[in-house]
Amino acid sequence: MKRSTRLAVAAASLLLLMVYLLPLWRINLIAPQYPEGLGLRIWVDRVTGIKAGDLNSINGLNHYIGMRAIEPDAIPELRVMPPLVAVAVAVGLLVAVIGRRVPLYLFSAGAVVLASVGLWDFYRWGWDYGHHLDPHAAIKVPGMSYEPPLIGSKQLLNFHATSWPDLGGWIAIVAVAVFVAAAVVEWRRAARRQAVSTPAAPLSIELSRNAR
Amino acid sequence: MSRRSWIHGRVAAAALIAVGANLGCTGAGARVGESSDAAQRVYVAPGKYDEFYAFFSGGFDGQVGVYGLPSGRLLKHVPVFSQSAENGWGYSEQTKPMLTTSYGFVPWDDAHHPQLSQTAGVPDGRWLFINGNNTPRIARLDLAHFETEEILEIPNSAGNHSSPFVTENNEYVVAGTRFSVPAPQRDVSIEDYKTAFNGVLSFIRVDSATGHMAIAFQIKLPAFDYDLSHAGKGPSHGWSFFTSYNSEEANTKLEVNASQKDKDYIAAINWKQAERCVADKKATTMPARYAHNLIGEDGIARTDWGSSVTMVTPAACPDMVYYLPTPKSPHGVDVDPTGEYIVAGGKLATVIPVHSFTRMQKAIADKAFAGEDHGIPVLKYEATVAGEVQNPGLGPLHTEFDGKGFAYTSMFLSSEIVKWSLKDFTVVDRAPTFYSIGHLMIPGGDSRKPWGKYVLALNKITKDRYLPTGPELAQSAQLYDISGSRMKLLLDFPTIGEPHYAQALPASMIKDRQLKMYPLAENKDPWAAKNEKATRVERKGSVVHVLMTSVRSHFMPDKIEGIRVGDSVYFHLTNLEQDWDVPHGFAVLGANNSELLMMPGQTRTLAWVPKQVGVFPFYCTDFCSALHQEMQGYIRVSPAGSKTELKWNSPSYRQEAEEKEGHDSDDGHESGERGTR
Repeated sequence: MKRSTRLAVAAASLLLLMVYLLPLWRINLIAPQYPEGLGLRIWVDRVTGIKAGDLNSINGLNHYIGMRAIEPDAIPELRVMPPLVAVAVAVGLLVAVIGRRVPLYLFSAGAVVLASVGLWDFYRWGWDYGHHLDPHAAIKVPGMSYEPPLIGSKQLLNFHATSWPDLGGWIAIVAVAVFVAAAVVEWRRAARRQAVSTPAAPLSIELSRNAR
Repeated sequence: MSRRSWIHGRVAAAALIAVGANLGCTGAGARVGESSDAAQRVYVAPGKYDEFYAFFSGGFDGQVGVYGLPSGRLLKHVPVFSQSAENGWGYSEQTKPMLTTSYGFVPWDDAHHPQLSQTAGVPDGRWLFINGNNTPRIARLDLAHFETEEILEIPNSAGNHSSPFVTENNEYVVAGTRFSVPAPQRDVSIEDYKTAFNGVLSFIRVDSATGHMAIAFQIKLPAFDYDLSHAGKGPSHGWSFFTSYNSEEANTKLEVNASQKDKDYIAAINWKQAERCVADKKATTMPARYAHNLIGEDGIARTDWGSSVTMVTPAACPDMVYYLPTPKSPHGVDVDPTGEYIVAGGKLATVIPVHSFTRMQKAIADKAFAGEDHGIPVLKYEATVAGEVQNPGLGPLHTEFDGKGFAYTSMFLSSEIVKWSLKDFTVVDRAPTFYSIGHLMIPGGDSRKPWGKYVLALNKITKDRYLPTGPELAQSAQLYDISGSRMKLLLDFPTIGEPHYAQALPASMIKDRQLKMYPLAENKDPWAAKNEKATRVERKGSVVHVLMTSVRSHFMPDKIEGIRVGDSVYFHLTNLEQDWDVPHGFAVLGANNSELLMMPGQTRTLAWVPKQVGVFPFYCTDFCSALHQEMQGYIRVSPAGSKTELKWNSPSYRQEAEEKEGHDSDDGHESGERGTR
């Protein structure tokens, strides 16, 4: 591994520590009755309202459509994620220290898988909240479900819901992107070196020179 | 029209013109419609905010009205001295003690003069003080939540009218008595007025951190009627001025008997000297019983009883009081922004006298006395007066200032506002009011830095200004633009109650620190149920406490049985919402008091004594949500002495029932109604 790659992986791993301090995701809700908006922040270890009382209010409103209350204590992921991030940071640093390609490949693939699983899990929770409604709910709209958008905007009855990564989420995305980019760079470097050591490949040298 | 009556008409018109000329009328006439852009000037587009908060006293409705200026839109009606069935003020158990006095529960008063707290002589937007006139009291409202937080009774006073006027940094809120009474009260003949009666002025200390009030000392003066007041500012800080009438000391038919003398007095009080006399033990302690009502951190009002006051007399404390002769039964006494001029509104006078603070001090130093009255030095009028505004109009009452060198005086009889220059005391403009203006108000117009953009006329009579509504008509305010050299009438608007006096400040000073809700976690009411699991019903003898919650859109519990006729039932309602602008209401059939209105996070308690057997509904009165109509419940009342089991449908009942069953397995409960949520 090049020195610059190792530094990039180490830096991105350390950057990942910021998710302990910054929210990963935010969901904003706007309705005629809530011009100032209601909102949720999803952190690595908790779910909070954007304003004090927002979570309470959202749960209060959701009971009309029979949605289960969002109770952060009942979401196991919020207990699993903090140690998982710690492991990711430690492994990332280890990969940078070792400086070997294969661990880097494995690590970046693992980071992508972890992020994807995380997003899928987030989507699954949203779907579950939005579809498993109390049959005795006061408001029942045939065919209507209420899962929030994974990313982007969606109209849910009188609420316009918008879901985007928050600062911590963007940082995590950048970190994973750095891991993947580091793996690609190293993989291409290795491929090039192999080509140089193979006599029958003058063309590929030219190509890689041009590419530089 | 016959020729004769036409001539009469002409004569009458000529007479009116002559009066106009005598009054120095500039010939502008009524300026209604003169400002063609008036509608635009007061138009606040939907969703936009007004520039000023204005606080109007409600007069004899005992409350404070909050209006936006320039639109004149009513924003809120804050209950102070009068019970308000609309939100349970003075009816709920938490607020009832606010109306406690030494005369018992007094559910009404006549509220005259709102006064904003000041820092460095400028409104600071922290508190609003207002007087209760009839049963002497001073209230303090907190401007972060627009609620009355404290009411202090004033002993040795009656007709608490020259109140409450603050000193530059809220060192004192000053209160004076309009009706002199025996102090202390005792059984004497009214004929002994001159010897047994006194006019008492009170200096109330305001805690700079909390705003809490306490009577620091009182000053016992001759038995005149102390009508209005203002504190000095800048160079005159340390002095307070009170107008008086009835220096004749009449005790009957005052309209004639108190209007005999050519001059009454402004009492100039050197309160720093009074402080020195108190410190030097020249004051006496006088027994007095008075209520001090304060809402605690738990949101519950409690009464502390005062048992004595510190009384200072001019005899024991020389150099504390001087009388400034002032024509004729003066009403307002108003100090200009520089603190130099003391303007009196002699309501029966033909001039507006302007005293000078510098000249007053010189007169005191030179002992330029015209004599003494009850041992109090009377300064020579010529020695203190800086000038007189000639031909101002009829019935000058009250003056405020624009901070640009002009004064505006209300004229009750000629029903107009007169603008005059503080440089040469000449009238420069006048504008009619509709009708019979009492006080007037410029935002910050009695402070060191007026926001001199508008003047507001607070009128006593409306007659033909609005669609008629039977014998009782609305009272009204009128807004004039004073940003140019001429006053321009912009807007008429009717008001709730009598807008006796008002104060205003820029909205930006308080808009962004408004409380939106009470944090539920900080609710310290001992009867609060902070979540639905904590709701319960307790019986202690014939007293039943119902700890109930409200949240969109149900009460918990909403079914209660086991109440008996004659029980005292206390409904303790906690609003679990933590969302802005989501109050819930509570009303129960047959309640002899009012509804409750609970703000988010707040607990309020309603007492209910059922008198009949039956099943009675209760419901939410404040439209809270799409399912507001469903927010209802029932309470069953059984005959006195019946054995109907006490039960209710919330988780606590299921728990209690299970515990009971655990202890006593023979107990056969019906189980259908327990813990349904």
